[in-house]
Amino acid sequence: MTSTVNPVDERAARAPEFPMARAAGCPFDPPPGLRNMQREGPLAKVRLWDGSTPWLVTGYADQRALLGDPRVSADINRSGYPRQAPMPPGGTGVSFILKDDPEHARLRRMVTAPFAIKRVEAMRPGVQKIVDDLIDELLAGPNPVDLVEAFALPVPSLVICQLLGVPYADHDFFQENSKVIINRNVTPEQRSTAHGNLIGYLDDLMGEKIAHPVDDLLSGLAGRVTAGELARDEAAQMGVLLLIAGHETTANMIALGTLALFEHPDQLALLRETDDPKRISSAVEELLRYLHITHSGRRRVAMADIEIGGEVIRAGEGLILANDIANRDPDVFAEPDRLDLRRDARRHVAFGFGVHQCLGQPLARMELQVVYNTLYRRIPTLRPATELERIPFKHDGSVYGVYELPVTW
Amino acid sequence: MKVTVDQDKCVASGQCVVAAMEVFDQRDEDGIVVLLTPEPPAGQAEDVRHAAAVCPALAIEIQD
Repeated sequence: MTSTVNPVDERAARAPEFPMARAAGCPFDPPPGLRNMQREGPLAKVRLWDGSTPWLVTGYADQRALLGDPRVSADINRSGYPRQAPMPPGGTGVSFILKDDPEHARLRRMVTAPFAIKRVEAMRPGVQKIVDDLIDELLAGPNPVDLVEAFALPVPSLVICQLLGVPYADHDFFQENSKVIINRNVTPEQRSTAHGNLIGYLDDLMGEKIAHPVDDLLSGLAGRVTAGELARDEAAQMGVLLLIAGHETTANMIALGTLALFEHPDQLALLRETDDPKRISSAVEELLRYLHITHSGRRRVAMADIEIGGEVIRAGEGLILANDIANRDPDVFAEPDRLDLRRDARRHVAFGFGVHQCLGQPLARMELQVVYNTLYRRIPTLRPATELERIPFKHDGSVYGVYELPVTW
Repeated sequence: MKVTVDQDKCVASGQCVVAAMEVFDQRDEDGIVVLLTPEPPAGQAEDVRHAAAVCPALAIEIQD
């Protein structure tokens, strides 16, 4: 047998580690290594924590096409799926975001109604009140203060608790466990324990909602359990997913977005000067594009051979769709590294694309519109209380942001 | 312009409603797309094209 080196194997041997480090001093930009890959071609190989070498898809158009391609699976239990971390011992239940249709669609449709546009719009006055009350408390409290603790985290936490029907009084408990779950550097045992804590909590709550249903999302799921359409553990699993997703993403968009605006005072001024809903909405879309806080890539596995730019992704090979560099693709967004709140950025993939696109996006958008339209206008002198170099960034989590943001006014 | 929607594909993202509220709506019970105006006037064509472009499930088809 002759020994020839397969060029794909050779590339895998040279594959750089993923995730990659961001450049010091550029906390809002994707890692330079990823941007170099984007310039070199549509596909690259990267090496994960377990030594596997999935494909990294670099361009906006290819990512969107693959995320909408039925030959691509989101099933974490399928061989070749590029996992972010080791599975906890014994595994854990898997929510619909890590399943394929028809099971994914069956479960997702049970929770889509509260996220419909009119339902979300009906929540806007309540969210405005939450934001106004928190700003009142902020202004009455210590100065300087950590904006994450005093504002960025409580806003989405209060909103998702109201929507789900989870007592906000328990927020310390679920925020602590949620932090562990999304941290890439904890042990599988720690993650498993945190997940078990949340499942236990949601299961108890589900029991209450089954016995005494009220008008909230968890009671809706409880009704499905009672009707035999949904298993109780599936309902608890969905509750955990919505609780975590509702917290971490929006909170990080509020704090990291505020920091990005501090670094771009001309753009911050645009938000201070307007209350035009269209301009506020454009600003939110641009901040979503620019900050791309989900920086671990969408994870998928090919179920058939798929050709991209003359290369073939084989069935069973893992895919990472790096939405952070898709949102900085110069073929789609002119001067992609410039934060420009006046541009039309609505095509960004910050919420993903395809059937798994973020369920909570209408709610996230509305919350961010209210926050960005209110915070800087009500506290026009709001500014950082420390230097950029001293702010701790979440390089270790699957959601990017800042751990703290000391502010003064 | 003629618009068709595929309710089986729809994932209730509501992005079509945000883009073109006169043309698309959502079912109350599950947020699935409802087509209000199958032949929208020319003035709405750009919004409808945008709706089709941002639909994550590719559930909107346009014929000119």
